[in-house]
Amino acid sequence: MLDARDETAPLVQVKNLKMYFPIYSGLLRRHSGDVKAVDDVSFHIMPGETLGLVGESGCGKSTVGRAVLRLYEPTAGSVRIDGEDIPTLTPEALRRKRPTMQMVFQDPQASLNPRMTVADIIGEPLDEHTTLSRDEKLARIYELMDQVGLNRAFANRYPYAFSGGQRQRIGIARALALNPKFIVCDEPIAALDVSIQAQVVNLLEELQDRLGLTYLFISHDLSMVRHIADRVAVMYLGQIAEISPRDALYAQPLHPYAEALLSAVPEPDPSGAQQQRIILKGDVPSPANPPKGCNFCTRCPKVMDICREVEPKLQEAAPGRQVACHLINPL
Amino acid sequence: MLTFTLRRLLLAIPTLLLISAVIFFMVDFAPGSPMSDIPLTVPPEVRAKMMAAMGADKPVHIRYILWMKQFFWNEPLYGIDALLGTDFAQGAQRIISWQSKVPVFQLIGERLPQTLTVMGTAYLIGILIALPIGIYSAYRQYSWFDLAGTFFSTMGFSVPTFFTGNLLILIFAVKMGWFPTIYDTNLRVTDWDSFYRMAMQMALPVTVLALFNAAEISRYTRASVLENLNQDYVRTARAKGMTEKTVLLKHVLRNSLIPVVTIIALGLPTVFGGAIVTEQIFKINGIGAALIGAIHVSDLPVIQTITFIFAVLIVLFNLIADILYGILDPRIRYD
Repeated sequence: MLDARDETAPLVQVKNLKMYFPIYSGLLRRHSGDVKAVDDVSFHIMPGETLGLVGESGCGKSTVGRAVLRLYEPTAGSVRIDGEDIPTLTPEALRRKRPTMQMVFQDPQASLNPRMTVADIIGEPLDEHTTLSRDEKLARIYELMDQVGLNRAFANRYPYAFSGGQRQRIGIARALALNPKFIVCDEPIAALDVSIQAQVVNLLEELQDRLGLTYLFISHDLSMVRHIADRVAVMYLGQIAEISPRDALYAQPLHPYAEALLSAVPEPDPSGAQQQRIILKGDVPSPANPPKGCNFCTRCPKVMDICREVEPKLQEAAPGRQVACHLINPL
Repeated sequence: MLTFTLRRLLLAIPTLLLISAVIFFMVDFAPGSPMSDIPLTVPPEVRAKMMAAMGADKPVHIRYILWMKQFFWNEPLYGIDALLGTDFAQGAQRIISWQSKVPVFQLIGERLPQTLTVMGTAYLIGILIALPIGIYSAYRQYSWFDLAGTFFSTMGFSVPTFFTGNLLILIFAVKMGWFPTIYDTNLRVTDWDSFYRMAMQMALPVTVLALFNAAEISRYTRASVLENLNQDYVRTARAKGMTEKTVLLKHVLRNSLIPVVTIIALGLPTVFGGAIVTEQIFKINGIGAALIGAIHVSDLPVIQTITFIFAVLIVLFNLIADILYGILDPRIRYD
């Protein structure tokens, strides 16, 4: 299956990814600025690995996921997935590349075409990218429905007839249809009931074991990320604050923002030592006008003078851990 | 769906009864009657005889019930007779025009083909222009094409047909002399030559009406496509690696068509009704012109009958629009 080179080379390599959304204003809709939704983000994901991407609402998590798959046209940067540079592919080459990289969307209701049956939704990519006969296609659709635990009898129903959890299973089956290597899970559980969330996450893990998938798992649910991710990247205002192996991060976050974020996770055991919550003051600055220096300097409890002047670079602070903070000494 | 259709048809009966009463009495109570045109020198007893001959001397509610019977019973019988060559009607009384003393339905039968040819062509061309413009405008929002399309449809919307019609006549018929100014109702299409003349005389009225219809429909199409383009399922379709053509024409368009189909279906009665103003300008001897002519001489039976037929058509196309919903949107099931 995988040769030695592939096992050591990352499947996904993102370098200096930038995604700016232009702001047009005034009578003539002049270009007056940019919303820097993703500003210089770099990370890699090894084959079979799950990288969790966490951060508060509006920090650019979903935008990273979409720009990586070129559902948005990135402003700058390179994204190598399985050896090809995604942002520079021609539209036709990109379309042929799509089977390798798929996405599970956040809103399982809106992301399914309401006028198509489940079988059509799952089977459509097969029409486009394969030459299966009708019977083979139906067999594949049934196989996929079995894999995600959907009853075959529902193949001809429309999305509205399903519950949220079932719809998300349809979304997952659709993403799996073309045997992708890499799947971006864009908050796949955020729109689901708590009781269903565990089911869907376990399904994703099970599929990963069985099919050798690589995930970029975007979420704001830190406990779920802890459950599924191997490494975790913490984002703040369009930039990565810290990337660390899961256990190391949850045991001892290095970046002050990661520390504050993790202190907000509710403690399930009331008898355990109560963690001191770090309450951040103020609001997140606008990504259209980020502060000079460190993006977090306006709210950081450990802010220093240098933070307001010089932007910290993401640097290796411990083996396998990268942090962007002036407090942390690079290796 | 069948139950729904039947239920809607049943519901249409009281609606139409109410509409017929309102139309009949309003037209009847309006000032002016053909009687007022009889010279005062005509002796009163002759005058009374003339009124009795037309049935105009009876009280209004009697005339209403008689008109209802003629409309819903006698005239359909005549219709069947005309189609099958039977004789069910057996000379029962028809709705007679006071002006020409010809049965009103015969009058409509003479006028309707002109209206349908011109209006139908205009409506069809309007739709065929509007859909691509609307879709492409939305797809390339704020592009030059979109701005031009928006300008064109705002113009089409806001400039009335009696203005564009006269403008086109002035430019293309009077100054350039390319097209005839008057529509020749007697022209029969038998060969290429007469077909060419037919096309030439239809060109101006069809252009005016098609532009007007296209303006409205393209606005709705654009808005509807724009709304759907930003939906998540469109991103899903792109993530699946579908071609832009499939994304746009299969995913987006099918979801966008519902409001557009409503507008098209609800606009269809105007095709039958004839754009009354446009028919006047281009001298098309259609049903709209017949209505205007009848209003001028207070020919009440003609006004009441034609107006009521318009009402029936509007109710009918409302129902058709609802049924089309169910076909386009599998989520809508009326049972």
